[in-house]
Amino acid sequence: MSKGVHSLWMAQDGVDKIEAPHIEYDLLAPTLIVVGAAVLGVAVEAFVPRRHRYVVQVGLAVLAMAAAFGAVVTLAATGHGTDEAQTAAMGALAVDGPALFLQGTILLVGVLGVFTFAERRLDPAAHGNRVDSFAAEAAAVPGGEAEQSAVKAGFTTTEVFPLLLFATGGMLIFPAANDLLTLFIALEVLSLPLYLLCAVARRKRLMSQEAAVKYFLLGAFSSAFLLFGIALLYGYAGSVKYAVIADVVAGNPQNMTPALADTMGNDALLLIGGAMLLLGMFFKVGAVPFHMWTPDVYQGAPTPVTGFMAAATKVAAFGALLRLLYVVLPGMKWDWRPVMWGIAIVTMVVGAILAITQTDVKRLLAYSSIAHAGFILAGVTAANEEGISSVLFYLAAYGFVTVGAFAVVTLVRDAGGEATHLSKWAGLGRRSPLVAAVFAVFLLAFAGIPLTSGFAGKFAVFKAAAEGGATPLVVVGVIASAIAAFFYVRVIVLMFFSEPRPEGPAVTVPSAFTVSAIAVGVAATLVLGVAPQYFLDLAGDAGVFVR
Amino acid sequence: MESLIGLLVAAPLLGAAVLLCGGRIPQIDRTGHWLGTVLAFTSFVLGLVLFADMLGKDGEERALQSHLFTWVPVEGFQADAAFQLDQLSMTFVLLITGVGSLIHLYSVGYMEHDERRRRFFGYLNLFLAAMLLLVLADNFLLLYVGWEGVGLASYLLIGFWQHKPSAATAAKKAFIVNRVGDVGLSIAIMLMFVTFGTFAFEPVMNSVGETSEGKLTAIGLMLLLAACGKSAQVPLQSWLGDAMEGPTPVSALIHAATMVTAGVYLIVRSGAIFEAAPDAQLVVTIVGAVTLLFGAIVGCAKDDIKKALAGSTMSQIGYMVLAAGLGPIGYAFAIMHLVTHGFFKAGLFLGAGSVMHGMNDEVDMRKYGGLRKYMPVTFVTFGLGYLAIIGFPGLSGFFSKDAIIEAAFAKGGTQGWILGGAALLGAAITAYYMTRVMLMTFFGEKRWEPDANGEMPHPHESPRSMTIPMILLAVGSVGAGAFFDVGERFVHWLEPVTGFEHGHLPEGLSVAMVTGATVTCMVLGVAAAWLQYGRRPVPAAAPRGSLLTRAARRDLLQDDFNHVALVKPGEYLTRGLVYLDHKLVDGIVNGTAAAFGGLSGRMRRIQNGYARSYAVSMFGGAVVLIAATLLMRAV
Repeated sequence: MSKGVHSLWMAQDGVDKIEAPHIEYDLLAPTLIVVGAAVLGVAVEAFVPRRHRYVVQVGLAVLAMAAAFGAVVTLAATGHGTDEAQTAAMGALAVDGPALFLQGTILLVGVLGVFTFAERRLDPAAHGNRVDSFAAEAAAVPGGEAEQSAVKAGFTTTEVFPLLLFATGGMLIFPAANDLLTLFIALEVLSLPLYLLCAVARRKRLMSQEAAVKYFLLGAFSSAFLLFGIALLYGYAGSVKYAVIADVVAGNPQNMTPALADTMGNDALLLIGGAMLLLGMFFKVGAVPFHMWTPDVYQGAPTPVTGFMAAATKVAAFGALLRLLYVVLPGMKWDWRPVMWGIAIVTMVVGAILAITQTDVKRLLAYSSIAHAGFILAGVTAANEEGISSVLFYLAAYGFVTVGAFAVVTLVRDAGGEATHLSKWAGLGRRSPLVAAVFAVFLLAFAGIPLTSGFAGKFAVFKAAAEGGATPLVVVGVIASAIAAFFYVRVIVLMFFSEPRPEGPAVTVPSAFTVSAIAVGVAATLVLGVAPQYFLDLAGDAGVFVR
Repeated sequence: MESLIGLLVAAPLLGAAVLLCGGRIPQIDRTGHWLGTVLAFTSFVLGLVLFADMLGKDGEERALQSHLFTWVPVEGFQADAAFQLDQLSMTFVLLITGVGSLIHLYSVGYMEHDERRRRFFGYLNLFLAAMLLLVLADNFLLLYVGWEGVGLASYLLIGFWQHKPSAATAAKKAFIVNRVGDVGLSIAIMLMFVTFGTFAFEPVMNSVGETSEGKLTAIGLMLLLAACGKSAQVPLQSWLGDAMEGPTPVSALIHAATMVTAGVYLIVRSGAIFEAAPDAQLVVTIVGAVTLLFGAIVGCAKDDIKKALAGSTMSQIGYMVLAAGLGPIGYAFAIMHLVTHGFFKAGLFLGAGSVMHGMNDEVDMRKYGGLRKYMPVTFVTFGLGYLAIIGFPGLSGFFSKDAIIEAAFAKGGTQGWILGGAALLGAAITAYYMTRVMLMTFFGEKRWEPDANGEMPHPHESPRSMTIPMILLAVGSVGAGAFFDVGERFVHWLEPVTGFEHGHLPEGLSVAMVTGATVTCMVLGVAAAWLQYGRRPVPAAAPRGSLLTRAARRDLLQDDFNHVALVKPGEYLTRGLVYLDHKLVDGIVNGTAAAFGGLSGRMRRIQNGYARSYAVSMFGGAVVLIAATLLMRAV
């Protein structure tokens, strides 16, 4: 017996050595920079004196995002988005057009997110200290003594910046993940910091914590489905690598794993596993009927977090969904397309209809994001190259509009903090014409009015969907857009054509951070709307997945 | 020389731009009226230079072309901004700038006390520019630009005293009625483009032969509709009387001498189309004949001196339209009458303005009387214009009107007899109402009454700036006809452009007989008026009058007709549409909105805030998703 053990140790042959993974640091630079900066941020929390942390953290976050964006641009410029597209880290990550395009978008949106996180002019100073949207001490019981003393001491939760960086790091990996395990890990890396960020609102903390718990519970639930799906797919293909699974789906497996001889190629595993995998994605993008967390979380989370989360998560999750459908499951197009049709239709219609009766601007935007998820799903369903590029364009357009819109929401305040009830927005156009006009631009972009990015994006996805043979989907999409236009325009009417309320909220003048976030949002909205062709071409060039 | 054509339009346009945009600059405000007048005269002098140049060439080579730029350079659609100056355009240029300049001069005196005088001259210049553009354009589209510009200037000038509600209403009425005609013109241009592929005069007229008569009739009728609007012909005549609300120089310039002749220009310019579409041509003559009687009858009943003259204008343009509808035997006479009419009608209007000027702006002729002693120059010039318009032998109206009546008889057949008879009858009525105006204004006893401020009028001769134009116009009224008629000078002048044929009177009629009949009619008309207004004192209050008189006072019920036939049905239609919009369209829209709102209200109840319910929803979704995926494969 001892010989057996011994022989295992002494084995001359038969057992493979574990190969040391080869890491292409240059190709992974964007992700590595962001994650590295996040780790550094944790160290900053530990070692830098409290009064300096804010400056250091903001600087670190902005620098990391900028450097990562520079790395993305460099990779794209050296052809890694097109001809030189390849996989890295032993095939775990893809460095190709869609990945780089989405990573660039996420990083830009992320910088704007950092800006809105860093805003310290909006909340009135607490005991002489400038404060941001985040709780003085997240761990303290809301309204408790510990919290009060933390407020008095001028504490702020600068941990949000490393959390933001971690989430961004996960988002950068998510659309680039090229095997199911990496996908799952990326999902958790991006989700966990978000759960935390949702809970740390300075005002209405109970609501914020409730939102975080809901998000966490339901997120865990969906992760379970995802993980189960991964297990089933491994059983089906004998591998978690996208390329291998795709080969098996296509009917030409490269090698058989003896242990899985019974299950490999069993279509039931593929179908159930694939459906569960999709479910995980649907949860993240907020597709009906997996959307129910969205309004509660969007409303409860601190508004800067909502803006960042709504924009960047959607970009990352749709990126991952695209890769799954176009790389792993193209062989079963005829199985997933009808299901996707159904989900897209239900999502568009339910999102638009439920938004009609919303009275809170953050909930309204949440339902709007659900409807938009439906529109993007219509583009995803196209199952052609245009489908990819139009979705990429739509995500970029939508990301900027969303960050900008939520940034505007942070400005409208009364004694209780942000005044998110729509009735308080009545007559805002008379009091603060500029802010109302900017918000109107974002709303028009959401509604898809020409000369805004929303129109160009919607046009692109609907065109792709129609060419992909999904005309009924386009018809439903246009009808849903019409319904959606109603509630967007209703807000505009409310702002410009109603009498202001005597006790109505006032617009607080923000610092340069929020101003630049909003300005970039407006500029991107108009540029992508007036001259979309360059960016459509860019997305078109980036529209090929590597395997 | 060609480059001068552009300047012809540019000079008044510059004036309009400076006067209207230079607004509040005090220097411009103070002296702007002289700037406008000088630029009008500049245009006139340029016209004379071009005229002299034209006379130096042979008849066929006189037309000048000037291409400014290509306005709309689109594949398959080319619109040029190009001018064409031929004899027909030249005649109009001289008439417009000549009469126009005199009226500018007259307005300097007439508008002396008006605060907004600068603006008035700006509008006058704008009008001149637009009218010149209209007659100089070498295609229908550019003509249309001028046509609309003229309409705009007319609107602004009629409503110049916008503080008077009646003036504002009259301006609107003129504008709206003219729009009806404008629609005709735009449709005609579209039809032309569809039919010929172009709307330049020359190619259109040259390719008339290749098209079916039906299309040409349609184009012709649409052009006639346009002409009716601008020239106040039946059935679009109703605006002209009200347009007298504008300042009197405007009535003289626009609503007597120039703008209202644009319709005649259009018909003569499109002569080739009408010649190839006899039905349309017949309609033209009928419209002309009806209008000449209509206007004359209205003119008989009016006590307002300007409205009486407006009726007369309508009637005289009816003569021109009638002549233009007769084809090559009538074109030259239509234009000749247009020119002589420009002289005497402008003179008459300026005379009327002079009378009003002396009578505290009173317009009711029943409150005039015996003015000849107080305003001798006005009396003489007005009198000469009067003799000219009634066709007193030797004066200008005699030659031009007589020629038209002859041409009408020369059309031949029953049509000739009817048209000629109508024209003769019109001549008699013209003599009647003009004598009436003359007698009521300058003869008889004084029936003056104090004005609204209680001041008795103190009639006096008008200042020199007003009388000089009147004298010059009177010279034209006297001499122009004879000058044109000698050796058929005018006919030969126009012949290369419009063509000319001698009309042949029907069997049993001679030129002398027609002339004799015309003069007889004129004498009868004068005698009738003298019996009624010369021998007996004129009652200061208008008698009730016969049914016809009362109808004529109401412009032969034109407004009543329009009200019943157009305004009322229009109102009902609008109300019906509004009702439909409210009930049906809004009902559907609001119903849909309410349905979605209700649906939304119900669906949001599922969103109850409990994480457990959300999880159940997700679980249900997962089951359906997996089941559907499996089912898809099974199917």
